[in-house]
Amino acid sequence: MSAHPVVETRGLGKRYGSRWALRDCSLEIPAGSVTALIGPNGAGKTTLLHMLIGLSRPSAGEVRILGRSPREQPALVLPRVGFVAQEHPLYRSFTLAELLEAGRRLNPRWDAELATSRVTRLGIPLSQKVGRLSGGQQAQVALTLALGKRPDLLVLDEPVASLDPLARREFLQGLMEAVAGEGLTVVLSSHIVAELERVCDHLVILASGGVQLAGPIDEILGAHRLLTGTRRDPGAVARIDSVIRASHTERQTMLLVRAERPIADPSWQVDEVGLEELVLAYLEQQAGHAAPEVGRLELAS
Amino acid sequence: MVSGMIEFRLSARSGVPTYLQLVQQVRQAVRLGMLQPGDQLPTVKTVVGSLAINPNTVLKAYRELDREGLVEARPGQGTFVSRALPPTPPGDYARLQSALLDWIRRARDAGLDEDDVAALVAATLQAVAAREAA
Repeated sequence: MSAHPVVETRGLGKRYGSRWALRDCSLEIPAGSVTALIGPNGAGKTTLLHMLIGLSRPSAGEVRILGRSPREQPALVLPRVGFVAQEHPLYRSFTLAELLEAGRRLNPRWDAELATSRVTRLGIPLSQKVGRLSGGQQAQVALTLALGKRPDLLVLDEPVASLDPLARREFLQGLMEAVAGEGLTVVLSSHIVAELERVCDHLVILASGGVQLAGPIDEILGAHRLLTGTRRDPGAVARIDSVIRASHTERQTMLLVRAERPIADPSWQVDEVGLEELVLAYLEQQAGHAAPEVGRLELAS
Repeated sequence: MVSGMIEFRLSARSGVPTYLQLVQQVRQAVRLGMLQPGDQLPTVKTVVGSLAINPNTVLKAYRELDREGLVEARPGQGTFVSRALPPTPPGDYARLQSALLDWIRRARDAGLDEDDVAALVAATLQAVAAREAA
């Protein structure tokens, strides 16, 4: 494995007409990680994923996959990248056997044994027409085709959004097995946070066409705290830039803050933050009104 | 049928980090004799295939157990239990239970109902786990 991050973007942007769908996106995704790309609809998740796999041309900045540009050197990049699109589109009139044969002919690094053993374990008959499979089975077949390429990077756009809870669990089981077995790097987009906490180790929050937060989930959770205390002046709190979310009642103020150092002020009760709460706070912040003015929070007393 | 000696389970509501739940379950299985020195822990692939969790979480748990000296990783083979843990003697169980009974009575007298007690126990366990993890 090279020293390059598997995915690297610098100032990446995409404009449709006069509107920027994604702007100034700089990311590094390390080898072997499972990264969740989270954001509301319209945040630029699909736009970003399509630029990673060379489907869409950047309007600004650059993408490097395994150290190379997917649009300038597609023959070197694309065989090493697997993609599972939203709603798992497949050739519905093909039988499963025909679909796997197409996979073999289209992909130079095709692993027929891996693909066949996966569908056998899933218990899907090879003679079955793909269009007649359940949603969960179609998702598994789409994953099998992507894994059959033996990719170094697997990109999945909302892979579990359309699946029922059981199919979702089975899909993620298969995906995690592949990560454990093949040393695969995975980037997946989603707006379901709860499952991601178990599956992902890195997080990128996209909102309003830009990156709000990115990094290892452990570090991100470690760098945020929930503070509860007696009511403080909301005007003063709103000027502090390390406050991600503030809520006030008549008596109480609750703050979700980014705190690089331990908080020593005894007038706050300090609690850890869960991933879902943290993600929601960042998304709310973006959906909210004025950008916070830059200020400083005196937390250490 | 899951191969290997034990099967992990996860509780999303316990508030205990996933890797720590795995660590605790191995310790418990060793303490109860379900796992004995020389036994192999489930492979990372088996665990992630059944729990749908990130492989690094399993690796982190196994590293922690290795650090404690309870298991050892043999390159290319897997992770094996390297020593036994003394089981909690039955006398301790009885003593602990009677102390707990006293405590629950005091909590009732103080006006705590069942939910209050459960919440307090959960919060305390969580605080302990957080301290251990730190």
